[in-house]
Amino acid sequence: MKGNLAGLAAGALFALGLAISGMTRPEKVIGFLDVTGQWDASLAFVMGGAIGVHAVLLRLIRRRSKPVFAKEFKPAPEKSIDSKLLAGSAIFGIGWGLAGYCPGPAIVAVGGLNAKALVFVIGMTAGMLVYRTIHQRSERVVSL
Amino acid sequence: MHNFTPVPALIGGILIGLAASLVLLTHGRRAGISGLWAGLFHPKAHDRGFRAHFFAGLLVVGLAVFLLAPHLIGQAQGSLVRIVGAGLLVGYGTQLGGGCTSGHGVCGISCFQRRSVVATLTFILTGVLTVLTLRALS
Repeated sequence: MKGNLAGLAAGALFALGLAISGMTRPEKVIGFLDVTGQWDASLAFVMGGAIGVHAVLLRLIRRRSKPVFAKEFKPAPEKSIDSKLLAGSAIFGIGWGLAGYCPGPAIVAVGGLNAKALVFVIGMTAGMLVYRTIHQRSERVVSL
Repeated sequence: MHNFTPVPALIGGILIGLAASLVLLTHGRRAGISGLWAGLFHPKAHDRGFRAHFFAGLLVVGLAVFLLAPHLIGQAQGSLVRIVGAGLLVGYGTQLGGGCTSGHGVCGISCFQRRSVVATLTFILTGVLTVLTLRALS
């Protein structure tokens, strides 16, 4: 139960970060990707801030023997750089550029009653189910 | 760069880093949004209570932002067909590539994982090329 409350708090904090940083406005994301227009570097500062904090805290947290509500820390996936990683990331980037949404901001915008974000999230969920249907033997999605 | 907002971007980024750290501290896993979301729709996924609560947090704050500061929820450009297509590509691509902006871009890079750095550079590159192509066509 407390573990679920921690999940709720983490989700709320994550969404607050996305909204304050402007990432729930697709034009900010498009402004970052549009390098030939009036380039908006804000997204790089969002990632820099998040990585700076998380890179330090994760090293402190990993000193614990186990997480507060789980049996163990999930090890990082031991996978090499393969064609799936490259193709999947390339496909994701095209969708990201077409709409200006990645998964997190789109879901926050659904909470903000935005109809287009809802359409995007329905499409995104369908895309995930298409992947699962094609690669049914892969259990990777569970371990993510 | 008249749209550049470095201070809110940095503050928001710090909050995202804290949220990812809270997920690691309490549940021992990465806060990868695409993986967490896909697991919600997988009958065998563990931690479904945690996943559901995490997304409830995202949705509730989204609603609060809409009520208190609606200008922070923007409007995507383009037709509904384009938005659905974009969603399909994001859903399929994040599953094939094993992560999105949060899983690879924030968590993976924070662990100094080479594959996440490569993934992030790849989706930024194709994102840039997509926006430039749309711009050239319009």
